[in-house]
Amino acid sequence: MTARGFLLYAGMALLIVLTGVFQGWNLALTILNMGLISAIMSLGVNLQWGFAGLFNVGVMGFVALGGLAAVLVAQPPVVEGWNAGGLRLLGALALGAAVLIAAVQVWKRKIGGQMRAMVMLALLIGGFFLFRAALDPAVNAIEAINPSLSGYLGGLGLPVIVAWPVGGLLAAGAAWIIGKAALGLRSDYLAIATLGIAEIVIAVLKNEDWLSRGVKNVVGLPRPVPYEVDLQRDAGFVEAAAGYGLDPVTASTLWVKILYSGLFAVVLIAILFLAQRALASPWGRMMRAIRDNEIAASAMGKNVTARHLQVFILGSAVCGIAGAMMTTLDGQLTPGSYQPLRFTFLVWVMVIVGGSGNNYGAVLGGFLIWWLWVMVEPLGLWAMELITSGMAADSWLRGHLTDSAAQMRLMTMGIILLAVLRFSPKGLMPER
Amino acid sequence: MTDFLNAIVALSNFVLIPGAAYGAQLALGALGVTLIYGILRFSNFAHGDTMAFGTMATILVTWGLQSIGISFGFLPTALIALPIGIAITGLLLLGTDRAIYRFYRKQKAAPVVLVIVSIGVMFVMNGLVRFIIGVGDVNFADGARFVINAREFKEMTGLDEGLALRSTTLITLVTAAIAVALLFWFLNKTRTGKSMRAFSDNEDLALLSGINPERVVAVTWLIVAALATTAGVLYGLDKSFKAFTYFQLLLPIFAAAIVGGLGNPLGAIAGGFVIAFSEVLITYAWKKVLVYLMPENLEPSGLVQLLSTDYKFAVSFAILIIVLLFKPTGLFKGQSV
Repeated sequence: MTARGFLLYAGMALLIVLTGVFQGWNLALTILNMGLISAIMSLGVNLQWGFAGLFNVGVMGFVALGGLAAVLVAQPPVVEGWNAGGLRLLGALALGAAVLIAAVQVWKRKIGGQMRAMVMLALLIGGFFLFRAALDPAVNAIEAINPSLSGYLGGLGLPVIVAWPVGGLLAAGAAWIIGKAALGLRSDYLAIATLGIAEIVIAVLKNEDWLSRGVKNVVGLPRPVPYEVDLQRDAGFVEAAAGYGLDPVTASTLWVKILYSGLFAVVLIAILFLAQRALASPWGRMMRAIRDNEIAASAMGKNVTARHLQVFILGSAVCGIAGAMMTTLDGQLTPGSYQPLRFTFLVWVMVIVGGSGNNYGAVLGGFLIWWLWVMVEPLGLWAMELITSGMAADSWLRGHLTDSAAQMRLMTMGIILLAVLRFSPKGLMPER
Repeated sequence: MTDFLNAIVALSNFVLIPGAAYGAQLALGALGVTLIYGILRFSNFAHGDTMAFGTMATILVTWGLQSIGISFGFLPTALIALPIGIAITGLLLLGTDRAIYRFYRKQKAAPVVLVIVSIGVMFVMNGLVRFIIGVGDVNFADGARFVINAREFKEMTGLDEGLALRSTTLITLVTAAIAVALLFWFLNKTRTGKSMRAFSDNEDLALLSGINPERVVAVTWLIVAALATTAGVLYGLDKSFKAFTYFQLLLPIFAAAIVGGLGNPLGAIAGGFVIAFSEVLITYAWKKVLVYLMPENLEPSGLVQLLSTDYKFAVSFAILIIVLLFKPTGLFKGQSV
């Protein structure tokens, strides 16, 4: 890292400390935790965009798959649900997969064009109805069981930390499918395809109640850290808190957040270390060579599409890990809360502002933009109150302006993105 | 025979008519995307929010007109407000081009940079719309609600199924037809339109023959403003206005433009209808039609819905992927690099 980088990181640390001093350490730690997660997402996108020039606008989908992993791994299994239709459901899913694989095999056969297309179409249509006929009764049986509390299959009941790598695997699987279809075409097509897959992942999470309880949400996910109430009952902890002059309630909330920060920081540092090593390795140089001139790289014998697929899967997996961590932090999966502006495009702002191609820059962008995202709302409200202070207290415009201050976020992010692109296109910490 | 007629009426009422209206709205949106792609050579992610902005401007003018007591009889007041809405949106787009896009055009920046820039513009426009009109649902359709009412239709024909033709549906189809006719007349008959097509086909050759690129770009933005605002207002009249819904329209609109062949206006229209009808056909519960066509003992027990309506994005996406895999230039030959 350069001297400029150290200064920027010191500045960022100062911002968080100042937030702690002026607005309370609870808020500062909340920002820090989400900042750590944002930094990991930002690293994932930087792998794809900064290393390889791939334009992925489906970050939200991969993040949500990570969130799903947290449910599937950590929630206790719902035995009644499994008894009612679990195996039938798995059978139906296997049937669906078999139909798809068969269709692909038919397509790969070198038989006459018309015949091949007809067989494939018949297979797909017939297979779809078979799949639905097998799936629907199982789904109905599972969802009928105690719908207000469970109505789904639950998870494996493993420690929630296991969900983090699993989230990465789920996201990687989705990335493999989408990459197979859309990589090798023009860059805009990948963008539209990823935009689509993200919407579909959210639609599945919202509608397949047997999987994720849909919009009924899964709450109360197990935690990797102790609960506040348990800490408050722990005599040793209360005593230690008193030593710092803190009451047990405040101390327990802060301590839980600090534990989360520690866990997240370990993951961030590990991924950052790996990304840095990858960037400096021959593989990283090859990636950058492909990014800068695909034709020259393929003339040197590099398989551009295969390398793109590889880095696309890696970057998406990192986003999936971050998604699982975020759901762990929230303690709940709420499919309705995934918004593309927040989970896809904001991560893009982080990467561009931080400096695409520079891992440290992406991490810094993650922290800085997240801090701004949280801070713009109170700052906007304050600015609006300043602007409208001359107006009559019951004026319509004054009410409208102060009410709309909450909407300032998106505009601010857009203006920051446009300004950086225009005046400092390499970001705060340029690649070189 | 009656059963057959009933089936046809049910099919028209729930599939054909809504599908046609939605298709026309998507086609107008996709035309805007495809024009920007043809002339300015990037995928404009801000298009959904341009539609939202145009609709918002039209709604504000509509409210202004309503407050001074102007209405348009049985037609929605928004149609009078539409030209003013288009003008406001046109000014905004010209301003955006001047302040933001022109810099990158002069630099000959890579298309993907312009796409990222358009994401920035998207944020700002989205924020602007939310700031001015809020995030809630706004219903601004007034005038007559139905051209043909389901109950009247049943009484008139004696069929069991009613056919409702909402006035907004008819307005959508008529307005879209007029807009498309005007666009094609402009592109094929006028000098400016021809210079736009020349610029889209071969930029260097067009510059060599003395076509002013800045003028072509400015005219393109104005046409895009007209198309986007019209599409947005028609969609809003048909359903309702909500900033976030318009952002989500981006996916089917892009799918329509790509399925038809990016950069090809005719393809955009075809793509719009392909996407719209597939969405409606696959998410429609066919039971209502099938009960009339099937013998009594074979009547379906379920809804016969292939996918729940929430998966409509999946449909446009699946079609997009199929086209990308098998015919990457789209149904009509578009530009592909």
